[in-house]
Amino acid sequence: MTQPEQHFHDPSNITNPEHASHHIVTPAQYALVFASLLAGTALTVVAANIDLGVFNPIIALGIASTKMVIVILFFMHVKYQSHLIKATVAAGFFMFLVLITMTLSDYISRAWGLW
Amino acid sequence: MDSAIANTQVDHDTAEHEHVVLPQHRHHFATEEQQREAGSFGMWLFLLTEIMFFGGLFFAYLLYRNWYYDAFVAASNQLSVPLGAANTAILISSGFFMALAVWASEVRKKAMLVVFLILTILFGVAFLGIKAVEYHEKYEKHHIPGASFDASQFINPSAYGLNEKPLPPDMAQKTQMFFFLYFAMTGMHALHMVIGLGLLFWLLARAQKGDFTSGYVAPIENFGLYWHFVDIVWLFLFPLLYLINRHPLAH
Amino acid sequence: MSAPSPTILKLPDQSTATLPKKNFINAEHGLLSWLLTGDHKRIAILYLISITFFFFIGGAFAGLIRLELLTPQGDLVSSDTYNKLFTMHGIIMVFLFLVPSVPATLGNFLIPMMIGARDLAFPKINLLSWYLYIAAGTLMLTAMALGGVDTGWTFTTPLSTHYLNTHVLTTAVAVFIAGFSSIFTGLNFIVTIHRMRCPGMTWFRMPLFVWAHYAASILMVLGTPVLAITLVLVALERVFGIGVFDPSKGGDPLLFQHLFWFYSHPAVYIMILPGMAVISEVVSTFSRKRVFGYTAVAFSSVAIALFGFFVWEHHMFIMGVSNYSALVFSLLTMLVAVPSAIKIFNWCFTLQQGSITFETPMLYAFGFMGLFTIGGLTGVFLGSLGMDIQLTETYFIVAHFHFVMVGGMLMAFLSGIHFWWPKMTGRMYPESLSKLAAVVTFIGFNLTFMPQFILGYLGMPRRYHAYPQEFQVLNVLSTAGATVLGVGYLLPVLYLAWSLKYGAIAGDNPWQATGLEWQTQSPPLTENFTEIPIMDHEAYDYEWLEHKTQHEVTHVG
Repeated sequence: MTQPEQHFHDPSNITNPEHASHHIVTPAQYALVFASLLAGTALTVVAANIDLGVFNPIIALGIASTKMVIVILFFMHVKYQSHLIKATVAAGFFMFLVLITMTLSDYISRAWGLW
Repeated sequence: MDSAIANTQVDHDTAEHEHVVLPQHRHHFATEEQQREAGSFGMWLFLLTEIMFFGGLFFAYLLYRNWYYDAFVAASNQLSVPLGAANTAILISSGFFMALAVWASEVRKKAMLVVFLILTILFGVAFLGIKAVEYHEKYEKHHIPGASFDASQFINPSAYGLNEKPLPPDMAQKTQMFFFLYFAMTGMHALHMVIGLGLLFWLLARAQKGDFTSGYVAPIENFGLYWHFVDIVWLFLFPLLYLINRHPLAH
Repeated sequence: MSAPSPTILKLPDQSTATLPKKNFINAEHGLLSWLLTGDHKRIAILYLISITFFFFIGGAFAGLIRLELLTPQGDLVSSDTYNKLFTMHGIIMVFLFLVPSVPATLGNFLIPMMIGARDLAFPKINLLSWYLYIAAGTLMLTAMALGGVDTGWTFTTPLSTHYLNTHVLTTAVAVFIAGFSSIFTGLNFIVTIHRMRCPGMTWFRMPLFVWAHYAASILMVLGTPVLAITLVLVALERVFGIGVFDPSKGGDPLLFQHLFWFYSHPAVYIMILPGMAVISEVVSTFSRKRVFGYTAVAFSSVAIALFGFFVWEHHMFIMGVSNYSALVFSLLTMLVAVPSAIKIFNWCFTLQQGSITFETPMLYAFGFMGLFTIGGLTGVFLGSLGMDIQLTETYFIVAHFHFVMVGGMLMAFLSGIHFWWPKMTGRMYPESLSKLAAVVTFIGFNLTFMPQFILGYLGMPRRYHAYPQEFQVLNVLSTAGATVLGVGYLLPVLYLAWSLKYGAIAGDNPWQATGLEWQTQSPPLTENFTEIPIMDHEAYDYEWLEHKTQHEVTHVG
């Protein structure tokens, strides 16, 4: 039985979106990622000590999200994975946002009172 | 239990299995690549469930921070930013060594793999150690929610030498909500760390036998995904619990 | 569109059929070979036995409830005991029967065969899922034996956290574990469907059974963890007195409702989608026609799964949620009716000009289509804001979800069990007796739950063990119906067990169905296929099947 996977070069992952050729991230790349995560941690602590008003939480969560994206893309190899894995990760965050926004739709408008 | 499959007498075309080199190759997968990709996809789906699991807690935090803003500010300022920042750096380091362990397994360097796994464990334990110090401080200050919880520090901060805005007693009681969410979120995170450390010891023992340096990377790789996910949860817990309330908005 | 079916119905002669010498049942012997198996078919059988056991326990509670409601006075059990009865009935039926029913038995057995794989992607996780189910079931039975639990299956706070002194914790842990069992089943299905399809098995060649299970699996994976964290918080509140859901400590009980229904509304689609999966196969096979609008039916499953996450607040309309938000959720609720209707209409068009025969699975499928439609339409009543205020927490809602869950899901489950029984065991069930059972079930069901619509409309509240005198006639009808229904459910157990030894030998493909699972021997081999098949035709291609059969005949001749 020949097996179905196609092994020709498919860089954009179009012909078989469920499959990606395996990719090894080098230690140098990991070190770069590590350094950027430490820098992000330092940055967020510094930013927290400056009074930026409403922007304090926004900046802190922005930095956290950036760090998360870096970890997902490189430490967790999603940059080199198939479209299927990328879509799976996206689905997780989508459902998380659905949980939050749909529930908030109640809490935000509860004080608006009756019609 | 896979012996049930291996023992069957079904005749398969032997040519089909020429490419099978690993003893870990499961019989029902056509190729090792299919098995590896199935494993990593399964791990990602498991992580989706983890996102939704923590999602409920994150929503509770979002809701109650908006309802009891003053209490959350006062309670959050009781946490130590230096300890939190140190723990963030420690956890990132642990994740970094885990990533290197995946690399060592892929390039089949057994000694390096073992060293990196040990470093991952050491930094993980260090994180839990600092967490324990922080928990102990909460215990001493009576900031653990429950019968022994003491809100007087938030009602009359100047008596404790704190430069904070005094809270009315009912709002001061709501600091319990912050501390409850603090313990629930960091506790759930720490529980994931403990489970992860248990798995790490098991992986370490197998790595020393050379199980993962002959082309069979999947367990290391998939555990790495779990470990990095636990890192990501902390990357959000740190700003939410420690940082974003340092400069309260005037109402 | 629907040209007269070219297929001439010619069922194979079963008198010449023989049982294959080697199959998954006799591949190994001994209890341990079952308890430690990795074979998806054996695990499916283990699941089938376990869920049948819990179904009858849950059914016994239902019987006691109906018996109590025979008279207006609370004379059989006290009100506390009655609370325990309906709680245990609900929890066992929802978490130990409906959620795993079709996926863990038929889905487990058939999905790998339908997509041409040797097994599910993770056999050990599959077995683990069964052990988790058993652990959950054991805990539930323990809680029951120790005195039961009376929170209602919804674990409503602060009732469950502050006011009850029953076995809430044990039950919550049991449901938590059952949730993990369900997550692992769903995860396994998704990976299997993505990764293990045989050559030529493209997404749009998969049977609709697989599509619907894929959609249900997504719900299991994304919804169940939210229930898990909710139960953890309830347990922490009960044990340590922390106050996330406790208003006296600043918590919001409605937050519990939001998180609970974020899972438990999608959970009803976890329960019904696999039922729809069965109906697609059965309707096509006994009409000898490709399912009308294959693509629409496939995508309607995914649409139900997706929309299912946007409607949960309709369980909370009377709980004091925001009016504005309730309006949005009410409109979104109406939206779910669209993909459900697409399915019903497409099955009807499949029937049109088909060569319909009325074997038992088809009778159950007809039962499903009628009862599910009634259940679904009354769901639209309940999704409308004004009607909901009148009807919720009455017997109307009880009748509504029993029409969907029992009239829909259980009919589909029995339809599927009969349809694939020859494949699972290699033997036929007795046809006339099973037709009788199908008819008895249908009559008993309607007699039980039709009166409850009227009762609810007249205002009889649910969850009370006594009621005003004027409701007695309808309640007596309902209890009588429940008795008939009980007979309808006992019959299949008896004759299916009988058929294991004495049933006629089925042969490979007794229904002349097109799925890959029917193109191998019954019961199948341990790894399903001697050679991984190559899918070279569309799903439900009866012409292909006919040519294949002719081809085979010329070889033998």
